[in-house]
Amino acid sequence: MSSESIALAAVSEPSRTLSDMLYSWVTTVDHKRLGILYILYAILFLVIGGIEATIMRIQLIVPHNHFVSPQTFNQMFTMHGTTMIFFVAMPVLFGFANYLIPLMIGARDMAFPRLNAWSFWLTAFGGLLLYFSFVGGNGLYGAGSAPDVGWFAYAPLTAKAFSLGHSTDFWSLSLLVSGFGSIGTAVNIIATIVCSRCPGMTLGKMPLLAWMNLVMAAMVLLAVSPLTAAQIMLCLDRFLGAHFFDAQAGGSAVLWMHFFWIFGHPEVYVLVIPAFAFVSEIVPVFSRKPIFGYPVMVAATIGIGFVSMSVWAHHMFTVGMSSYGNTFFALTTMAVGVPTGIKIFNWLGTMWGGKLQFKTPMLFCIAFLFQFLIAGLTGIMLSAAPFNWQLSASYFVVAHFHYVIVGGILFALFGAFYYWFPKMSGRMYNETFGKLHFWLFVLGFHLTFDFMHIPGLLGMPRRVYTYEPGRGWDLWNFIVTIGALIQGVAILIFVGNLLYSMFRGKLAGDDPWDAWTLEWSVSSPPPEYNFARIPVVRSRRPLWDVKHPEDPDWKYE
Amino acid sequence: MSSATILPATVEPQWSLPSRGKVGMLCLITAESAIFTIFVVAYIFYIGKSLSGPMPKEVLELPIFATICLLSSSITIHAAIRALGKGSLAAFRLWWLLTLTLGSIFLIATGREWHHLIYDKGLTISTNLFGTTYYSLVGLHAFHVSVGLIGLFTIFLFALFGIIRREHTERVDVFAMYWHFVDVVWIVVFTVVYVVGR
Repeated sequence: MSSESIALAAVSEPSRTLSDMLYSWVTTVDHKRLGILYILYAILFLVIGGIEATIMRIQLIVPHNHFVSPQTFNQMFTMHGTTMIFFVAMPVLFGFANYLIPLMIGARDMAFPRLNAWSFWLTAFGGLLLYFSFVGGNGLYGAGSAPDVGWFAYAPLTAKAFSLGHSTDFWSLSLLVSGFGSIGTAVNIIATIVCSRCPGMTLGKMPLLAWMNLVMAAMVLLAVSPLTAAQIMLCLDRFLGAHFFDAQAGGSAVLWMHFFWIFGHPEVYVLVIPAFAFVSEIVPVFSRKPIFGYPVMVAATIGIGFVSMSVWAHHMFTVGMSSYGNTFFALTTMAVGVPTGIKIFNWLGTMWGGKLQFKTPMLFCIAFLFQFLIAGLTGIMLSAAPFNWQLSASYFVVAHFHYVIVGGILFALFGAFYYWFPKMSGRMYNETFGKLHFWLFVLGFHLTFDFMHIPGLLGMPRRVYTYEPGRGWDLWNFIVTIGALIQGVAILIFVGNLLYSMFRGKLAGDDPWDAWTLEWSVSSPPPEYNFARIPVVRSRRPLWDVKHPEDPDWKYE
Repeated sequence: MSSATILPATVEPQWSLPSRGKVGMLCLITAESAIFTIFVVAYIFYIGKSLSGPMPKEVLELPIFATICLLSSSITIHAAIRALGKGSLAAFRLWWLLTLTLGSIFLIATGREWHHLIYDKGLTISTNLFGTTYYSLVGLHAFHVSVGLIGLFTIFLFALFGIIRREHTERVDVFAMYWHFVDVVWIVVFTVVYVVGR
């Protein structure tokens, strides 16, 4: 199942088996193995990105700290942001999409299995390229240096004159490479969902997870491609002396901002829509009710997809756009809140009157609901342009988007890990340690990101490597760092729980949650061919129909 | 595995979904369109903003002949696919070779234009904003033409050795979608670079 089990197999069996096993994993085109490779790869980078975050938080725990140099601090926030978005969040969501979509729509594999493998290895080598900059970032000088231009790499900081050596080139090329991987996966997800559904599964009977990943993949096509184009331009500027973002030759630094955020804002929804998908699968099962308002959920997802394409310049209110531009982007940004709010009410409607079971996946989803709501509310605050002028590039913004990404996306992801772990490994996780992980992580999360809003409101800018004592920021920064350390401990418990349960957990059986979607109809872990015979479905909850032939769903849908 | 036994097989007789090749190619074309859109936006944004010459008006000439060649290659590739669908392999090879030739003429014409601009007019990618946006937009398109030509040539070799038969019509058609896309992009590039931008 994982690299650990590979290593264990090596101890007990001759070395030829190890190389065979490695060979079979490296050359695999099976969507389940590629999904697990994506997930393991993302966990590796999650640990690396987490260490970078911890280094920053230790540096900021007291004023005038000398834990790292300003240069290192710049590299840490650049690498932390780039790693977490491109090499943790995207791969882990692609991993779950890869693993789950064919199983949920009754297909034997993705539409293009070899394209799938190709996309994964592009993403993997993109990450290696980024981290190779620590060794090779200065080119021929021997000593390397990591990118330090920030994760959105504004011009003219990325120009040759201001970013010597090759660290920015590594940044640009690695995102170019992994961008191609993302586009390949998106093509694959759409083709799979459109062309490989089992008989009877019309679009209106698809699990919501498939619907939301369909929208996510369409957004990847439209949002990641502009980033790819912008990276090509940046490479032309840096390698061939072009002038796209070179203000001295008449080029525009603001154009880079537009191009980056045309990618950057939809990217948030590329990440959060799969998180919605997890919640939409987990909440009904642990409420013992079908999802409330299925068609509205689909419509809201598509609505978010459309509206989120037209909000990008709310990242640029302080650049000095026209009042029409400001008004337009403030209004569209507020409009995104409408379909998102619909979703939150639908999840609440699903839970309302249900027989709630507070298992670990459900706990994470409930926390997701509260925290994502608060993240959305600070988002509405920041969408008001005058408020934004005051707080842009402060710790308030950092707190806001970490509330979205950690409080929303990561919590939903933890829920998904616990929910599908029995299917992927065939064994149950330890519920006690799962709950311990949950409560510790909730504590750490709120200590860190609730209190991070306050120094932002008090004027502390983001990306400063240290600060003066006595500005009222000291206590808040101390609390924030303590919270970060607690989160670190919680994540260690999570990883330990999964590793332990992989070998010692009790057997899960095919369907431990008494769930309703097709992945629970096959054995755990599923056989390589998924379904010995392709299933036929007649409703949105095919397993409910099987378990309750006297009262099947298709009579009512 | 157990699903087959627990799910009653009451199949509706007709269950057909779109072909994965066409859907996949449409997705790729969508992504490519987004990439081209960004380059076109950059081109339009920088029209008339060059700080020094040469300006487009002074150096650009309308590539009418090359344009006719590229656009008519869309017609010939369509004829080739129709011939393949009818099973006449000789006609397929002929039309395919014609498509390959027309595409190559276009690429050679672009190469000659660039040679003229670089050596006679002194315009390179680093000369001014016009050079930057012109070479990158036209170059991005020329790169796609080159990829298309490699594909056309590979399929032509397959056809010569008799590997391509009538039952491959749909796969060849998926490739033709890419070639049509390259042609449509040229209409946009031509309009922006040689009509609006001049």
